[in-house]
Amino acid sequence: MNQDIYVVIEHLRGQVAEISFVMLAGAHELAKGLGGNVVAVLLGHKAQALAGNPSAGAGQYLAADKVLSLDHPALADFTSDAYQKVLTDLISKDQPRAVLFGSTSIGTDLASTLSIKLGLPMVSSCRSFSTDGKFISQICGGKIMAEGDLPGPTALVTMVPGGYKAEQGQSAQSPAVTEIEVPALESLRVTLASYIEPESGDVDIAKEPLLVSVGRGIQNQDNIVLAEELAQALGGAVSGSRPVIDQGWLATSRLVGKSGKSVKPKVYLAMGISGAPEHVEGITNSDTIIAINTDPAAPIFGVAKYGSEIDLFDLIEILTEKVKQSKGG
Amino acid sequence: MNIVVLVKLVPDLVEELTIDTSGVALDTAWLRLIINEFDDHAIEQGILLKEGGGGVVTVVAPDIEGVDDVLFTAAAKGADRLIKIKGDFAGVNNHALARAFSAVVKELQPDLVLTGVQANNDLDGSVGPLLAGCLEMPYVGYISGVSLSEGKSKIRKEYPGGLIAEMDVTLPAVLGIQAAEQPPRYVAVSKVRQMMKTSTIEERTASGLDMAGGPTISRMFQTEAGQRATMLTGSPDEVATKLVGIFKELGVL
Repeated sequence: MNQDIYVVIEHLRGQVAEISFVMLAGAHELAKGLGGNVVAVLLGHKAQALAGNPSAGAGQYLAADKVLSLDHPALADFTSDAYQKVLTDLISKDQPRAVLFGSTSIGTDLASTLSIKLGLPMVSSCRSFSTDGKFISQICGGKIMAEGDLPGPTALVTMVPGGYKAEQGQSAQSPAVTEIEVPALESLRVTLASYIEPESGDVDIAKEPLLVSVGRGIQNQDNIVLAEELAQALGGAVSGSRPVIDQGWLATSRLVGKSGKSVKPKVYLAMGISGAPEHVEGITNSDTIIAINTDPAAPIFGVAKYGSEIDLFDLIEILTEKVKQSKGG
Repeated sequence: MNIVVLVKLVPDLVEELTIDTSGVALDTAWLRLIINEFDDHAIEQGILLKEGGGGVVTVVAPDIEGVDDVLFTAAAKGADRLIKIKGDFAGVNNHALARAFSAVVKELQPDLVLTGVQANNDLDGSVGPLLAGCLEMPYVGYISGVSLSEGKSKIRKEYPGGLIAEMDVTLPAVLGIQAAEQPPRYVAVSKVRQMMKTSTIEERTASGLDMAGGPTISRMFQTEAGQRATMLTGSPDEVATKLVGIFKELGVL
């Protein structure tokens, strides 16, 4: 039992995921009050270089007091079964004060199962920590925050972005790397077959200067054309949030957010999008966010520069017309 | 193929949410509960697998107000068996819910367990991976495609940016569904009513609800963003004119 904060570094095909740096920043905040070290836990195969120079840029080392490297061919790519076996072993031996995971496709495959297997408490969707050891989690699509003392003896925590900047988790100094012995990894029940590259799609929404983005509020597929007309008038493209893509109203290549693309247009016009954290994650690099939503409590208004509670259907055709007129005149 | 789908009910985020007088929980008096949308996708995926390769789909849910509607709707879509777990589930966390589910799943001996990858009120992990821990089954989440053959499932797992990993998962397993291969099918209310008359909901009783493993909440509050958008008001015409002005100012028009 010690006061160290372990951070399970997420990486995919040779790239450290941004959430890893966000978690390191959170770990430093927590460690400040608890007095422990920030320890980066790196599972992989011949991945030690990631600890040294994760993003191939200067001054972007993992901001950790030390790195524990767990190397094995079966850890080359993420699979839940192998990662879980290794982490079960490590956490039960070291008993750190907390272990941080991303609230991601990787982290959520691990933390909950480990909580049951190890009999340790867990907190999900944590956005930030206080130096006196409290967690603040974000639930109900970003509308509600829940705060509490970090449970013990070892808290397993999944973290969402938004509370810390990735740069806060980067350092100009290369951390010391310690090799840790990996337990036998046999008869694994989950194995990687292959990666399938993203569909190239018709347009790359990450490169569009303006996006008219639609959410659940667009109501049905027939209304997508209204957004297309507006986007065309403005010289941009249409994108969407998860519910719109899952309904098949827009192609997957148009998905903005956690499981889709991060976009950085000059103007991001969000129509009928509530602004759940999974969506907001993909739009924070936009220059200006404008939100149209009838729900005054929609979290999207917290990140938008301009907003209106007007019904998008009352607005959209008039807006398209006025944009066209403005260009004509 | 014996497929079990686990369903949970969550606050409808379209409605206004308020904190109760304790200051540590949502006020349930006015709370409207709906099926977790990812669980709806899990039901759809279960039915698609049955339609493709045969089998039985059993949908299991805790006994919370509105659960009968959720279960009969699943039956109208094609679920074969409906089970609700009796117990005092008000304010119960996912650790307790997963333990209650695990007792029923053990009895059903499924080849495959499907559930939504997450829910909007998850505070102590998600039901799927917690259940996998209880049952010592493998778990993979963020899934948007499943195919089955010879005791194995081949799944499509989503990563950021649209990257997909195809993985082989040994059965029995728990899978966390992000999106079914098709949008959840629509069923007419009349068909749901029909199911209320012709299908039955079996009952099981949870033997104690053990919440160990979840955090204690000392304060719950609504996010009132400090930095708030400048709100544009007026008629549609006036708002549109203001937006055109903003577009010009920002140099996109």
